Amino acid sequence: MEADSRLVLPLAALFTAFFVAPLVVLLLLSLHGDIAMQGWTLGNYVKFFSDPFSYSILIDTLLLGVKATLVCLLFGYPVAWLCASAGARWQSVLVFLVILPILTSVVVRTFSWIVILGRQGLLNQIVTGLGLSNEPLRLLYTEVGVVMVLAQVQMPLMVLPILTVLSKLDPNLGDASRVLGAGEWRTFFRITLPLSLPGIIAGCILTYAASITAFVTQTLIGGARLIYMPLNIYQQAVGANNWPFAAALSIIFMITVMIVVGVLGAIGRRSEIHGRA
Amino acid sequence: MTASRSHRVRLDAITHRFGASTAVRDINLDIAGGELVALLGPSGCGKSTLLRIISGFIRQSEGRVLFDDSIADALSPAERGVGIVFQNYALFPHMSVGENVAYGLQAHKWSRERIAKRVAEMLDLVHMGEFAGRKPRELSGGQQQRVALARCLAIDPKVLLLDEPFGALDKNLRLDMQIEVKRLQRQSGITTILVTHDQEEALSMADRIAVMSRGRIEQISTPTGIYDTPQTLFVNEFVGTTNVLRGEFIDGSAVQLEHGVVLPVSPDKIFQQGHAVVVSIRPEQLRFQPAPSDGVFTAIITTVLPLGAQVVYDVALTGGPSLKVAEPRDAEGELREVGATVYLAPASPAACHVFPAS
Ligand SMILES: Nc1ncnc2c1ncn2[C@@H]1O[C@H](COP(=O)(O)OP(=O)(O)OP(=O)(O)O)[C@@H](O)[C@H]1O
Ligand SMILES: [Mg+2]
Repeated sequence: MEADSRLVLPLAALFTAFFVAPLVVLLLLSLHGDIAMQGWTLGNYVKFFSDPFSYSILIDTLLLGVKATLVCLLFGYPVAWLCASAGARWQSVLVFLVILPILTSVVVRTFSWIVILGRQGLLNQIVTGLGLSNEPLRLLYTEVGVVMVLAQVQMPLMVLPILTVLSKLDPNLGDASRVLGAGEWRTFFRITLPLSLPGIIAGCILTYAASITAFVTQTLIGGARLIYMPLNIYQQAVGANNWPFAAALSIIFMITVMIVVGVLGAIGRRSEIHGRA
Repeated sequence: MTASRSHRVRLDAITHRFGASTAVRDINLDIAGGELVALLGPSGCGKSTLLRIISGFIRQSEGRVLFDDSIADALSPAERGVGIVFQNYALFPHMSVGENVAYGLQAHKWSRERIAKRVAEMLDLVHMGEFAGRKPRELSGGQQQRVALARCLAIDPKVLLLDEPFGALDKNLRLDMQIEVKRLQRQSGITTILVTHDQEEALSMADRIAVMSRGRIEQISTPTGIYDTPQTLFVNEFVGTTNVLRGEFIDGSAVQLEHGVVLPVSPDKIFQQGHAVVVSIRPEQLRFQPAPSDGVFTAIITTVLPLGAQVVYDVALTGGPSLKVAEPRDAEGELREVGATVYLAPASPAACHVFPAS
């Protein structure tokens, strides 16, 4: 028993030093009134919730995460399904393609998207070249563009958990369903989809958390006029030099994200209990 | 009721290849309505492949599958209307027992009231009525199997396919479930194919047994036919235990064994004089003799295994291999002792099965 608890010490120390301590500092910082950092006050929190502009940024950010996650799920699930049903050799090729984005730097990935999405970019050249539109589409510096790029960049986080669950599914279940008279659609919606819910939830939590905090992607693709929480915090801290307010924003952002993830996680645990054989 | 529900199933020259390897080869099987046929064979001999062909998951490379004289080859598994119980039962883990049984009926677009009635009826049939609300993981192995049976019988399948259904059960439960399945099968009169590599299971449950080896059917016969008159050495050795002795055919009625004894035989098939053969004699077909004479083995007992109702002796032939001998044990009868010299002969020439040596 004693040996067990001592083994935990290094990890606990690491956590305290690099996770708990900064959080405490952040919390204390957010309770200072102004830039001079004197006195204690909830002023920063009051300021946030009484300023429609501030909390509309929070809402936009949370919604951005929802959109990116949904797009990611829409494309990611079929990819995961394809990987799971491919033969062993194709599966490794497909999985490699899926995780490829992780292997390149986020800055490189984002800049290549700028090349693709820009007015003179690849996508617009194709669209105008095919005569689908006379005007180049506005994609860069729009939310549509941000959602597209986030969905692509976070794709592995969605695909891998779903793939894990799908490849562990007993293939006899699908066969049992078909032999009982169910077609492919019924088999998918009544058997495969419900049983892959734990993977979907896990993938959604990961992509959601990654999307709303993706500072580089949001800023480079969204430009200066689309402001989300990470950029907002950055501007308050570095631009306006208002560290206490930036700290308060961080705390608020963190707590809302924790609530969203917590709710998703609870749903996930329930579906896991249902799904277990 | 029995006759109208029983469907005839025919496999006509079925061959199936996976790439370059042939999994099943030229299978012909005609199963009468209401019959229970066991596919018996060692691992990898193609039993499951054949079952998957019948259910429509695999399209055979050659040959035809017929249900009641109509060709089923173009039909999907959903359209064929077969019922399968998988080795691991494959119950839907996220659905209750009742929902599992209702699943196929919903797929067949039954009305809600009819489904509820049918589910209750099927669960009663397998004595699982009070478990309708449970999840599969809250059931024991035997109970899960009952649910799997109810689920596939609910849609009134043309034929019931059982792929090693008792493999996951312990011995006592297995016997119970074998009796139960046999009862259900008799009661419903449903044509059934049972895949197994357990010879006792095949012998006790099946009307007929098809013994398979390396993708082929070696013999199709009744359980007693398979046991008493095996047509190949493989069947003889796979079903039950036997003693195999090498020798040479002398004439129509005797074999010269390698270690000296000349054994009278009465084979179905006459071999050329001097043809190398093997003679197979089952342990219970060997009898102890009071004294040595022609066609009698002389041996020394090496092991005594009192197995309840019978005693099995391992004996070493002088100058030859060892044999197994089974003798019924009478209540007061003394066991023979290790080291004793004994004399043995087959019960009759017909008890010696002669096969060509491979
Ligand atoms: N999908 C497949 N692809 C290639 N070969 C296969 C495939 N399925 C089965 N085989 C091969 O076909 C042969 C027969 O397999 P099958 O599963 O029918 O055997 P079985 O008699 O059911 O064995 P067991 O008792 O172990 O279940 C085996 O040699 C197997 O390796
Ligand atoms: Mg098998």
